[in-house]
Amino acid sequence: MNRLKNSPLALTILAAVIALAFSAAVTSIVLSLSGFNPPSTFQAMIEFGLEPDSVVNIVNRASTYYLAAVAVAIGFRMGLFNIGVDGQYRLAAMLAAAVGGAVALPPVLHQAVIILVAMLVGALWAGIAGLLKVTRGVSEVIATIMLNFIATGIIAYLLQNGRLGTQVAGSDNIGTEPIASSGRVGGIPYPGADLKIFGLVLLAVAMGVAFHIVVERTRFGFDLRATGLSPSAAVASGVDAKRMVVVAMLLSGAAAGLIGMPQLLGSSYSYGLDFPSGLGFVGIGIALLGRNKPVGIVFAALLWSFLDQSSQILEFNEIPKEIVAITQAAVLLSVVVVYEVVRRLGLRWQQQAVAAELADRDPSPKEVAA
Amino acid sequence: MRRGLRISLVTLTGAALTLAASACGGKKATTGGDAGDGKKTVKVGLAYDIGGRGDKSFNDAAYAGLQKVKSTLNLEVKDIEATKGESDNDKVQRLELLAKSGYNPVIAVGFAYAGPLGKVAKNHPNTKFAIVDDSSVTGPNVTNLVFAEEQGSFLVGAAAALKSKTGKIGFIGGVDTPLIKKFEAGYTAGAKHAKPDIKIDVKYISRGTDTSGFSDPAKGKTIAEGQYDGGADVIYHAAGLSGVGLFQAAAAKKKYAIGVDSDQYQTAEAAQKPLIITSMLKRVDTAVFEFVKAAGEGTAKSGPVTFDLKNDGVGYSTANAAEIKDVQAKLDEYKQQIISGAITVPTK
Repeated sequence: MNRLKNSPLALTILAAVIALAFSAAVTSIVLSLSGFNPPSTFQAMIEFGLEPDSVVNIVNRASTYYLAAVAVAIGFRMGLFNIGVDGQYRLAAMLAAAVGGAVALPPVLHQAVIILVAMLVGALWAGIAGLLKVTRGVSEVIATIMLNFIATGIIAYLLQNGRLGTQVAGSDNIGTEPIASSGRVGGIPYPGADLKIFGLVLLAVAMGVAFHIVVERTRFGFDLRATGLSPSAAVASGVDAKRMVVVAMLLSGAAAGLIGMPQLLGSSYSYGLDFPSGLGFVGIGIALLGRNKPVGIVFAALLWSFLDQSSQILEFNEIPKEIVAITQAAVLLSVVVVYEVVRRLGLRWQQQAVAAELADRDPSPKEVAA
Repeated sequence: MRRGLRISLVTLTGAALTLAASACGGKKATTGGDAGDGKKTVKVGLAYDIGGRGDKSFNDAAYAGLQKVKSTLNLEVKDIEATKGESDNDKVQRLELLAKSGYNPVIAVGFAYAGPLGKVAKNHPNTKFAIVDDSSVTGPNVTNLVFAEEQGSFLVGAAAALKSKTGKIGFIGGVDTPLIKKFEAGYTAGAKHAKPDIKIDVKYISRGTDTSGFSDPAKGKTIAEGQYDGGADVIYHAAGLSGVGLFQAAAAKKKYAIGVDSDQYQTAEAAQKPLIITSMLKRVDTAVFEFVKAAGEGTAKSGPVTFDLKNDGVGYSTANAAEIKDVQAKLDEYKQQIISGAITVPTK
């Protein structure tokens, strides 16, 4: 018991378990009220989610969710709300796809160029919001939301026949010139599955490690966290707040640029009308769920991805797949509440522990003073 | 210790709730992998793109076809929708799930399924597949159901021009994709053919990858009001569910509107009905039904099957007889000219 009291990790896990149990209960109630059998529904979801092809899809989806959540978390850690991750990754993926389709380069270099272009575009697009904030005092929330709309407009303008778009004969889709095989990233086979795991899942792993090192182990990361916890204290201790805002937005945007890469280089090879959208907003929820921590986000992304994936089997069984949206909302809501409750409990335990220790060590301080 | 107990109580309560809820019973779910009993009944699977049922236009037409399959041919049917923000691998798995569970034929609605369908069709050579609105994916077991939307749009464009008193008509597209531009091209050509000096106000609700324009009746209404105020007195929409907004605006301003894909006169509200001159019919329902029938009889052909004016795969509705009858002779004349090749309708 005492060990649990004093370990923040154990408290975090406890909170997550409570939140999961709570959301499972909420989902069960909704399912029962709608006339479905909760255990068999959960069983179907889990069985379907563990099929080899499902595992591949879950991992692939989680890798993009992870990148999206990290991009959001970089901003969150210093108190910046980058709501524009969605526009940043879409614009980045589109321009990177166009560049990748236009150039002929040897393998490795080709992929590197595409990824760098994506990071650059994402960083610049987010940087606009950062600059506006430090020079004109525009809230980054407003600026990034507006930039999302502008990005949509730019993509729509460029994705036309005669501009960056081409149309395959007989298809109503329109997309950028497909990237040649030298610029693609092969998949990792998974036993028993027809589909392959995106090679760039490793990029997400690398991103997680980099995020951890930069934020937790460098001077820059310390400044970043300090600014997030108390901007005025950070400024007082010599942190250049304006510079931090711009740099954090650039980093967040560069990370956002990577979101579309696993899909683009691993499966689509072209940015078309059917390219996944809305991942940036999913990333916000996952970053919150993962407490903006590199490892926490891994679990959050996998959970989210699993729920999205298994929702497919629900519709197959005539169960509305919106049930999964209820589960996700319940998880998110309960995590926020439960973490806060557990944090306060932890704090109280800590105080009691300290008080007890002080009482043991120094039984009668007042008498000494007198 | 006491607080620890309280927390475990909370957990327990949660678990108890789960158990209690589970005892309530209800429908049992399965994981789908029961290909074994697929032989007993013919099962027809249909997968929509994002949006799905309820648009009163394109997807509902596919659904109507599926319902006809169910009632007329007495087959088991299943339709599944796409999830927002999904990738092509999710579409692969959806089609794979249908094929693996013994659904045959399987129909994919929308061009976004082209790539995924190509992959899945190869894995299931004995399953018949069809895709609506795409002829880029090919295979020995793939039928492409494509439509000459421009021909039907040409006729309703002519109808709009002939019915207009102000000399100005409108077009509202959902999203400026190549598909919707085909509607616009035919409509414009038809209107200009009937009345060379007609003015056409063309607006799209959303652009490019932003597909919200197909499901935004409020914006559809605003744009329609703007076009009516600008002098247009007939507006044609190719905007899915957003078209509902056009009909609301038409009823409010007492101006004409033209529906799309399904015969929207049938589903409109009473106040709107007299104002819906006609609808451009894109018979996705017929296409779906005929394909399933042919697949059942073993006569489904691979490759593109085009639905145009000649085989009544597209056309215009005459349900609102009071409004359409004075121009019907003219429209049928154009129709014959298009069928005979005397008029060629542009697609861009």
